[in-house]
Amino acid sequence: MKITCNEATEICDKSQYKEASIWEKIKLGTHLFLCKKCGLYAKQNKMMSVCLRKLKEAESHKTTHLNRDEKELMAQELKTKIEA
Amino acid sequence: MSVTDKQFLNPEKWVSLHADYLFNYTISRLNDRDLAKDLVQDTFFSALKAKDNFKGESSERTWLIAILKRKIVDYYRKINSTKGKAEVRMSFYAEGEKEGEWLEERAPTDWSGEIEKKIENEELAIVLEKCIESLPEKYAMVFRMKTVHQIETEDICNELEITSTNFWVIIHRARTQLRKCMEENWFKI
Repeated sequence: MKITCNEATEICDKSQYKEASIWEKIKLGTHLFLCKKCGLYAKQNKMMSVCLRKLKEAESHKTTHLNRDEKELMAQELKTKIEA
Repeated sequence: MSVTDKQFLNPEKWVSLHADYLFNYTISRLNDRDLAKDLVQDTFFSALKAKDNFKGESSERTWLIAILKRKIVDYYRKINSTKGKAEVRMSFYAEGEKEGEWLEERAPTDWSGEIEKKIENEELAIVLEKCIESLPEKYAMVFRMKTVHQIETEDICNELEITSTNFWVIIHRARTQLRKCMEENWFKI
């Protein structure tokens, strides 16, 4: 039942992705009841998740495709290999 | 698939048909444009060499992706075996009586000031991006795949050939280090 701060914060991280089991959450809850540092971690971890969601949104607007020149170059290099 | 559905390779059209798709697939795993481009080009070359092995049972694209996946896992192994290991900053005592407890200088401290405002600030994404960049490459790669690109845990583990235990240790170390980095570079200033 008793877990270390390292284990507790790992469960806390897991739960940010909603992938901690019930048993893990119980262990975490008990630990947080007694440990201030991890309590602070848990609180800030949630804020980190909010920040990361913003980053994810920003990234999803980035276009990540190859431009015409890059593709042309790729096609040329492939062509020389095909003909070789 | 029936005999009539048998697929054929058409290398002359690979770039126009598949380059963007393969590139996108790679960039969501590696976050490095030049490297991603190289891996895609490399995939085409390897595919060309191995084209006699193509049995036509899957589509051309599926076959190319399978080759690309090998290249990505090879890359992951390379960064895992060389620089990745040494650089990670531990946050907890690794041994002794205090094993598993917070290292004093790595433990969270209060974030004072206007947290809400800081979260709304446009520059947040830039600082956060820099903090992710500062992680050892392997940690940044796995963390990004999961958090930014939202690839399922199971898929990441399969693709990189790691266990889920190992996966969560990586995520855990990445997040503790990120929290610390954001504390120092954003929330405390």
